Amino acid sequence: MINLSVLLIIPLITALAVLLCSNAAQVRFMALLGSIVQLGYSSVLMFDYMGQRAAGNHSQMLYESRHAWFKGLNIEYYVGVDGISVAMIMLTAVVVMTGILISWNITKLTKEFFFLIVLLSLGAYGFFISLDLFTMFFFLEVAVIPKFLLIGIWGSGKKEYSAMKLALMLMGGSALVLIGLLCLYFNTTVLDPGAANGYHTFDLLRISRMHIPIEAQKFIFPLMFVGFGVFTAMFPFHTWAPDGHSSAPTAASMFLAGISMKLGGYGCLRVAAYLMPEAAHYYSWVIILLSTIAIIYGAFATLMQTDLKYINAYSSVSHCGFVIFGIGMLTKTAITGAVMQMVSHGLMTALFFAAIGMIYERAHTRQVAQLGGLLKTIPFIITVFVLAGLCSLGLPGLSGFVAEMTVFVGSWQRVDTFYRVSTVLACASIVVTAVYILRAVGAAAMGPIKNEEFRHFGDATWNEKLASVTLLVSILAIGIAPFWLNDLISPDTQIIMDNIARGVVGK
Amino acid sequence: MQIGLFHFLFVSCALFFIGVYGFLTRRNLITMLMSIELILNSVNINFVAFNKFLFADKLDGIFFTLFIITIAAAEAAVAIAIIINLYRNYKTIDVEDVNTMKY
Amino acid sequence: MLSTPLIALIPLLPVISFVLIALVGKKYFPSLCGALGTLSLLVAFILSATVAYDYFFVVGKVGDTYQQIVPLKITWLQFTQNVSIDIGILLDPISVMMLVVVTLVSLMVHLYSLGYMKGEERYATFYSFLGLFTFSMLGLVLSSNIFQIYIFWELVGVSSYLLVGFYFDRPSAVSAAKKAFIVTRFADLGFLIGILILSFYAGTLDFQTLIAKLTTPTNEFHTIAAASFMGVSALTWGLVLVFIGGAGKSAMFPLHIWLPDAMEGPTPVSALIHAATMVVAGVFLVARLFPVFSMCAPALDVVMWVGASSSFIAAIIACTQTDIKRVLAYSTMSQIGYMMFSLGLARHGGEHGLGYMASMFHLFTHAMFKALLFLGAGAVIHYVHSNEMKDMGGLRKMMPVTHLTFLIACLAIAGIPPFAGFFSKEEILQAAFHANKAIFVIAIITAAITAFYMFRLYFSIFWNKPYHAHGESHDAHHGEAPGTMLIPLIILGLLSVCAGFIPFSKLVTSDGKELHTAFHLTFSIAPVVLATLGIIIALSFYKKESVTPQRISDGIGGLYRGAYNKFYIDELYLFVTKKILFPLVGRPAAWVDRNIVDGFMNLLATVTGQISFAIKKVQSGKTQSYAAYFFVGVIGFVLIFIYWWT
Repeated sequence: MINLSVLLIIPLITALAVLLCSNAAQVRFMALLGSIVQLGYSSVLMFDYMGQRAAGNHSQMLYESRHAWFKGLNIEYYVGVDGISVAMIMLTAVVVMTGILISWNITKLTKEFFFLIVLLSLGAYGFFISLDLFTMFFFLEVAVIPKFLLIGIWGSGKKEYSAMKLALMLMGGSALVLIGLLCLYFNTTVLDPGAANGYHTFDLLRISRMHIPIEAQKFIFPLMFVGFGVFTAMFPFHTWAPDGHSSAPTAASMFLAGISMKLGGYGCLRVAAYLMPEAAHYYSWVIILLSTIAIIYGAFATLMQTDLKYINAYSSVSHCGFVIFGIGMLTKTAITGAVMQMVSHGLMTALFFAAIGMIYERAHTRQVAQLGGLLKTIPFIITVFVLAGLCSLGLPGLSGFVAEMTVFVGSWQRVDTFYRVSTVLACASIVVTAVYILRAVGAAAMGPIKNEEFRHFGDATWNEKLASVTLLVSILAIGIAPFWLNDLISPDTQIIMDNIARGVVGK
Repeated sequence: MQIGLFHFLFVSCALFFIGVYGFLTRRNLITMLMSIELILNSVNINFVAFNKFLFADKLDGIFFTLFIITIAAAEAAVAIAIIINLYRNYKTIDVEDVNTMKY
Repeated sequence: MLSTPLIALIPLLPVISFVLIALVGKKYFPSLCGALGTLSLLVAFILSATVAYDYFFVVGKVGDTYQQIVPLKITWLQFTQNVSIDIGILLDPISVMMLVVVTLVSLMVHLYSLGYMKGEERYATFYSFLGLFTFSMLGLVLSSNIFQIYIFWELVGVSSYLLVGFYFDRPSAVSAAKKAFIVTRFADLGFLIGILILSFYAGTLDFQTLIAKLTTPTNEFHTIAAASFMGVSALTWGLVLVFIGGAGKSAMFPLHIWLPDAMEGPTPVSALIHAATMVVAGVFLVARLFPVFSMCAPALDVVMWVGASSSFIAAIIACTQTDIKRVLAYSTMSQIGYMMFSLGLARHGGEHGLGYMASMFHLFTHAMFKALLFLGAGAVIHYVHSNEMKDMGGLRKMMPVTHLTFLIACLAIAGIPPFAGFFSKEEILQAAFHANKAIFVIAIITAAITAFYMFRLYFSIFWNKPYHAHGESHDAHHGEAPGTMLIPLIILGLLSVCAGFIPFSKLVTSDGKELHTAFHLTFSIAPVVLATLGIIIALSFYKKESVTPQRISDGIGGLYRGAYNKFYIDELYLFVTKKILFPLVGRPAAWVDRNIVDGFMNLLATVTGQISFAIKKVQSGKTQSYAAYFFVGVIGFVLIFIYWWT
């Protein structure tokens, strides 16, 4: 029997064990061991989940458990997962494990570094399994603060500025979420048969079955959506992303782009759109407008970047635009696509950052103009880099294609000129993506060798290879056989969609 | 002339403002402490006076005065301990020179 | 009939070879990779030939009509109840024909590359990429679902990218690969949106259902024909957009600019991808959706005029190019233009389907002789180590086999009987003659120009001036390529001679029924005479070194320069991207991001900082001032309270 709390206990124990270790080798080993155990447990969870579903278990959430945490306000530690959460948990487990592998050679404050990484992952797991809004918010905060330290201490470039900017913007986002959360809380009423007066609740499933007054929704929805949107780098609240990503150490970049940005997408979907369907319809056009701008403008802004990390950071803005875009379209296929895009982008961007990190570690520069001809000297790393690039530009057989196409097909089902034009513009971004990816690949990987020093580079070490291969296999598994991911998440997007469709009827 | 409540209050008010004046203008910590004692004593006078003139059948005001005197003694002990420590660190008990608590 | 697993094995064999070579072969047995790839293709070809035989002569025909057979269909990604991407195999005359063409040409190229690529540093990688390409191309032609075709469409694009950029240390190859990918990607955008439109109205992505729904006057058909955007019906939009995708891949004007540059790739790759298979994918796509296209005259008109103009423009440009591979590239573009307009002037079913049949026929014969031309050119380049005509001449003695096969191919493309090209071109001209006279005139002029430039090429390589070897390594008497390179030349040469006799009108027609074509001897006179005229002009100009061509090109100055510079279309694109898109969209976007959006955030931070700086003075650290504030505050409160109470 699966117990979801184990997902929190493993990182907790790992974090404590890391603190108790006496030297860097032990720390690394302990962190890796913890992440592997976690990955193993997540896989068990996924297969068990699939088994349960196949066996006909149709309850909305599985493995539920609840404990009162703060009784007076009805705050509960209430956890449970559906297909979407399971997919996100798997994503987190893979990215964290590979991130730990990639940062094998961290020498500065090793213990603290791995402790913070593990702590971050704890926040992410907690966020994805919570079904109580307050608990969810609690874990969201856990996943924010360590980033400040990770960037500020282990970063590069103007790291203090970036760390501060990132932390402040994300905190601003979570402040909005908190306000929204409280407003929502005070608009809920649970009437127990015995009690005379109703009480308020943070219980996600209960709220989803309630009817929040439309005027309240119109006020709360923007708070929530923008708050979570900041995490997803929604235009115009995306500027933490380029600076943050580029200053962060590789593993933190991977975590930031791979998981942290997904916290926002997940929140937008699970909390904002799911709980406030009427408002979701009401604001749909605003969301589409902003996300279309993000997609196009992010892509064009990427064209002008010269630093590999900036390229990937801006392209993340563009790609995460698809997540918001899919959610804003409010059709079942588009929402499924948005979830797929979250998973796919998480893996792909982690791989991309890993490859960039490996290049940077050797060449000590990320400027495209200073690189060149690396395919000759470090073929493995560059192959990984190129594959990540191809995934980013949506090559079939890799995960990016599946997700983007699902979003497009889903978006086209919205019959309205405005939405159609937005979809066409979003589609157009794949051309721009191809341009910037191929420019980067062409300049960095191909051409004559720019610098004689490049000839002495060693190719990937075992840990780098293991990390890249793990991510690549996941990307290929989604890209070649997307049906399992689709089967995993689409029943649950259907449930979310049913609730959203209620919003139209209600209007 | 009958000495009434007003006279007591006048004295206590004067004492209070003398204390405040002393506290705000003196630079020597010991003098400032003494000013605080003046303020406390003005409060004590108030208590006693109100007790006598308004609630002659009760003793609450008197009790409170006793209580404040006790607290004041303890406070003076702590304050003097702090001042001695300050003196050891800064070689002065001038309050102007002890301003590291800013910004 | 072959069992389904065996049919599925046809596309799978190359991909197995790709994976095997890429993962283990490259490292452990690099020298055997070529043999491995060739062997897998040989088996695939044998299987395809069997499938073709079975389909055309055993099981394909029910009554008098060739049926579509779907032996395999796996749901790959389910969107909604009806809309899903399926990966499957669809057998019908055109896919079976393409199956044979692709495996045959690919096999030839595999075999040829054993000699051509020998000693290359990335020999194994080359074979793995060839495997990937062949797999993608086979997947494309066998597609049973419009999205499946899009998937493989992108995959052939990326294999083409990898192969064009094979010599990745040459900047020109890198930029050519990039250009090829981006231009076709741009066209694919049209394709994608076209798919979205068509599938939305048909409510399915499956080819058979989609075609059935959009061609029979049901609800779906009426909505798509009636719904309009900017005055054009949704059906036309969808089809034209799909065609844009096809035009991009097939290098139709004005999306052709990538094809000549793509010649940077190794020559066998040009033969396989940029002559025989991938570039005809656009034609195949239109043919696959032909019943739907047939319902929409405006879309077919677009196909026709784009095809005709590409065919003509490319022929003119080809006359002026001096790089032999570029000449061949433009000739490919011109011939594909032929296929396109031939499709454009046909209609579904019966007599009107002549153009369709002719187009497919030309696709088939063209694959044979164009692959041959490229492989021949490859042999020449292999020997001369240059692509420029001026470095060649008089090679017929050194390379007799190459010379002979090249001549056959030239005769075939020029349309001289009884070579393959004659028959297919004849059908196209006939179709044009019946359907549209203007197109017919363009076509016949193009045919004459084709004959001229092909023989200009032929004479410049093999006759003209005697050959001077520049390097010592060249033995003037021993120039012929190794056997592995000659066998494909000979096989393709034989096919170029006799492919024209295949009774295509019985096998591949628009509606699957046999098409009765009459062969008019009198009709053939004009094209053949014109072609011969072209050859004679070429003969007189280029057989010996002469100054006439130079004088003529000087005489028509502007036009010649225009054609030599490919009518400045590249420059136009460069202008649009480098001078308009990048500086006017990209740079402002980046600037706005840095300075406005991010600037706003920084402004917030600065303002907050300054306010706190301004008020921090209050925290002076002086106990007495704190006490004073406190005292004033208390007084203030007292006053307020007193005011409140009175």
